Amino acid sequence: MLAAAQKDEKKDQALKNLVGHPQTGRDCPFTLLNSPISHTQYPYVTGTSVLGIKYKDGVLLASDMGGSYGSTLRYKSVQRLKPIGKHTLLGAGGEISDFQEIVRYLDELILYDNMWDDGNSLGPKEVHNYLNRLMYNRRNKFNPLWNTLVLGGVKNGQKYLGTVNMIGVHYEENHVATGFGNHLARPIFRDEWHEDMTFEEGVKLLEKCMLVLLYRDRSAVNKLQIAKITEEGATISEPYAIKTHWELEAFKNPATGAVGSW
Amino acid sequence: MAATEGIKQHHSTWSPYDNNGGTCIAIAGSNYCVIAADTRMSTGYSILTRDYSKICNLADKCVMASSGFQADVKALQKNLSARHLIYQHQHNKQMSCPAMAQLLSNTLYYKRFFPYYSFNVLGGLDNEGKGCVFTYDAVGSYERVGYGAQGTGGTLMMPVLDNQLKSPSPLLLPAQDATTPLSESEAVDLVKDVFASAAERDIYTGDGLEIVVVNAEGVKREFLELRRD
Repeated sequence: MLAAAQKDEKKDQALKNLVGHPQTGRDCPFTLLNSPISHTQYPYVTGTSVLGIKYKDGVLLASDMGGSYGSTLRYKSVQRLKPIGKHTLLGAGGEISDFQEIVRYLDELILYDNMWDDGNSLGPKEVHNYLNRLMYNRRNKFNPLWNTLVLGGVKNGQKYLGTVNMIGVHYEENHVATGFGNHLARPIFRDEWHEDMTFEEGVKLLEKCMLVLLYRDRSAVNKLQIAKITEEGATISEPYAIKTHWELEAFKNPATGAVGSW
Repeated sequence: MAATEGIKQHHSTWSPYDNNGGTCIAIAGSNYCVIAADTRMSTGYSILTRDYSKICNLADKCVMASSGFQADVKALQKNLSARHLIYQHQHNKQMSCPAMAQLLSNTLYYKRFFPYYSFNVLGGLDNEGKGCVFTYDAVGSYERVGYGAQGTGGTLMMPVLDNQLKSPSPLLLPAQDATTPLSESEAVDLVKDVFASAAERDIYTGDGLEIVVVNAEGVKREFLELRRD
């Protein structure tokens, strides 16, 4: 007769955190069952939306400079827009450290490309393809880079704007946004974006959307940068703030008509 | 190991899958094949883009349409295209549609324990020049049929196709060739109608419709608008 095993409380508790447990474990195929995961499954310091639009001379990207640590606004000077090589700009929302690592990978990619010294250089299409593969492969290994990336650029007169997220979903469009931007900015883009906008029109449109995000996204900060990429190259503006308006009647006497502490 | 005791349950758990929606269909005729898919890509209740192609020309006489999780669909299409290129180098000819059908099935089953979340219909001409359609599930189970619909609007379209295509019933014994007796233009008109209908009720189907027709002359592509709401 087999003796009944003793209930091992400690082990049960430990196993509950493992991959594959129905309620408390992680969702994954059974080939990964009973193996403890030793990499993080959630982001720590995050950036919020990034917006991108094509315009007459190239592409414009916009993002704020906030790095949130959960609900705390920990960092207020995080550059979430970076130039990549001669022809592209990369913007990222999500985990900042993962973004920094992606920039390291891309810098290495561009370096090796330059070392061929053959007059050819990686354009935005190629960089986007590289990023798609990178993000998808990390997702396949269940250790994603927790970012949504916006990739914009111009090469040989061809404007390019695309996006890829942490599970590898990617597409190209005339206007893109990450995170909250998808819900708040894309509808405005759909209404007001048109082919061949001037630089001034483009900036105005981006600022309008950044303002909406500032009002409605709690992780947004009023310190933003707009980046421009054209055939000539990339420029990222100095950080600046946009004017907000709080003189609405409802904001002046918020407790009027409200009974009690609610 | 520190991770096993008293770990804080901070659940920001992510799923490696997403459903980016959309519907794909294919109809086989006596000497043609129609493959069609909508061009909307969504996530949750948001539309990501309105003009995204779900159709991939794998070979001269073989076209695949897939909906589901876009990253997996793209990876699958890339995988099959690469395999086709190798086949061409090795055999100095294009892959036939039935051969590609088998390859797709094997590729899907290869990832049986971490599937491609991709719902496919394969369409084209077989070795005799007759239209052929193969329909798949996410893990590679497949069957040659006269017509097929996959994706979020598939269940809305299938009954209409059953009714309108005048194909012999798939339940008949002995099995009859299931291609539709309809002409190419009649089949294309039907495709336009079913997509317009599905776009009314399926929130993930709409924006645009891409129709590809494969026949002896080659591959023809048509695009038209659908409801954008």
